[in-house]
This record gives sequence, structure tokens and C-alpha cells, in this order.
Amino acid sequence: MSARVYECLKYIGEKIIENREYLTNLDREIGDADHGVNMARGYTAVIEKADTDNPDIGGILKKAGMTLLSTVGGASGPLYGTAYMEAAKVLAGKESITEEDFGKALESAIAGIQKRGKSVKGEKTMLDALIPAFDAYTQRIAEGGGLTDGLECACKAAEEGVEYTKTIAATKGRASYLGERSIGHQDPGATSAMITLKAIRDFIKG
Amino acid sequence: MVGIVVVSHSRKIAEGIHELAVQVAGTAAGRIIAAGGMMDGGIGTDAIMISERIRTANDGEGVVVLADIGSGIMSAEMAIELLEEEKIDVRLADAPIVEGAIAASVEAACGSSIDNVIQAAEETRSMSKRY
Repeated sequence: MSARVYECLKYIGEKIIENREYLTNLDREIGDADHGVNMARGYTAVIEKADTDNPDIGGILKKAGMTLLSTVGGASGPLYGTAYMEAAKVLAGKESITEEDFGKALESAIAGIQKRGKSVKGEKTMLDALIPAFDAYTQRIAEGGGLTDGLECACKAAEEGVEYTKTIAATKGRASYLGERSIGHQDPGATSAMITLKAIRDFIKG
Repeated sequence: MVGIVVVSHSRKIAEGIHELAVQVAGTAAGRIIAAGGMMDGGIGTDAIMISERIRTANDGEGVVVLADIGSGIMSAEMAIELLEEEKIDVRLADAPIVEGAIAASVEAACGSSIDNVIQAAEETRSMSKRY
């Protein structure tokens, strides 16, 4: 199972790297045109430096978070770094993940991002994809769905969240310098968060 | 002496502030430490590197961190959290980076406590540039 977690991280990284230009172009419109480049650099290091032999899922994710902190460079470094490290705390000592564990890990990751970015939903950030995704996931699990069902719902909600970011002005991060002028543009952070969730879903579906 | 760590996206900005602060405060260069840019010299901030620099700056009397903008602040906060278990009294000053670093360095070089050093840094927020 732990080896699967490493494979999943690698798969997320590959998807982020594939979308490097796309994310950077989104960021060019409302930011400083580095989101794709930064994230790709971070995940390249995550793949290279991963503790592939570590049986502890928490340990693998903590290492991934620390690597992102020291390689991404932009705001997504401390944000995604915190997300992985908070998820790692929930999954510390675990060698397998249930749908309930995944929900708790996602919840902690989101709480970490909120704390680090001092942000809430509706500010045109990655939270606009992640919070609806978590809500949809939790609801599906409560209805008796499994991990794959939950992730399907989470990804759909994340997609809607990304669309929603086009309709609102940024009040956090570099795009907030643009204020109202950021309306009409899709948020790069919400987009990379959606790509991450979709990668996890696709990896689990196989 | 309270240590000072200067966090910027740019290595040159952090090193420039370090150079200026050491000169103005007339203190040992090792007590004021630059933590700018990425390890490869590129633009960005690295929370792990910052946490290591804070550890180096600490001689037991604590460390005041000055940061520039956006993710510089986030990385500085992250670095401080990474040190939570190490019993280092490290605090991020809510101050402009250049003025704050100089005021903090002068105060620290006088042998003041961390409370006074952070206060000196934060008082620069209200310094007007219109005479």
C-alpha cells in the first residue's frame, strides 16, 4: 500500500508536469507566470527524493511536503507543503488508507492551507476547488459510497469550483493586486488543486 | 544578542539588507543572517532554508525574522512552525523589511531583549517619509 502511495504521488507529479504550460499561462493572466514552473519543479523533486521504501504513509507524505517547501519557491510551496504535512499527521503510522482516512487527511490538509494562507472560500484560491470537493466527498461517503465514488464527486465539485473562480475577484495572493480586473480569469491554484484531485481519482481507478 | 534573519524572494535583497544592517548596527556579521531566494540562487523562498538560518542565528536569546512580501511571509511562518519543538524564541516582525531589519539590528546590537527588538522593528511601520 505504501508503495502505491508513492506511485500515486508520482502520478500526481506527472499530471502537474504535463500541465506546466497550462498552469503558467493561467498565472500569466492574473499572477506572476510561475505557478506551473514552480509546481513542476517541486514535484520533480518530490518524485526524485521520495522515501520509496518507507512503509509509513504519513512519513512518505511528510517527506513530500518538506520537499515542496524547499523547491517550489512561490506561495504554492508553503501552501501545498503544509497540506501534505497536515495530511501526514493524520496518516502517521498507517500502512493503508480507508475512505474515512482519506476524508480526514483531506480535511486536515484544507485546514492547513486555510491557516497558512489566512484565507477562506470565495477569495479565488485553491480553497474554492478543495472545500467543495471535500464537502462532496464527505456527503458521498456518508451516503455509503466508497473511495472511488467519493473522489468522483469530489472532482466534479472541484471542477465547478474552478469555474466559480472565473466569476469572482481575487482578495488573496498576487492576483489581489488586480482586484476586480481578475474577474473572468480562472484561478491557477484552484486549477492545480483540481488536477491533483483528478490525478488521485484516476490513479485509484487504475 | 538577539539574532536577526532577513527573508526575501531575492538573495540579493536579503544580502543587501544584511550588509546595510551590519554596517548601521556595527555588529558582528554573523548575528544578522540573510535568507533570500532559493538554494540555487533563483527567486523564491525556501521554508527549510529559512528554518536552518533561524537555528544558526539563535544564541539562546531568540531570533526576530523580517520578511518581504506574500509567500515570503508564508515561508517565514512555516519555518517558525518547523522549529516549534526546538524551544527557540523566534518571532516574525510585522514591519517593513528594510527599515525593520535596521531598527531591529541596532536594538539587538545594544543587547536588548527580544521584546524590545521586535518592538523597535514594528515601530518603523509608522515612520513617515514626508518631512
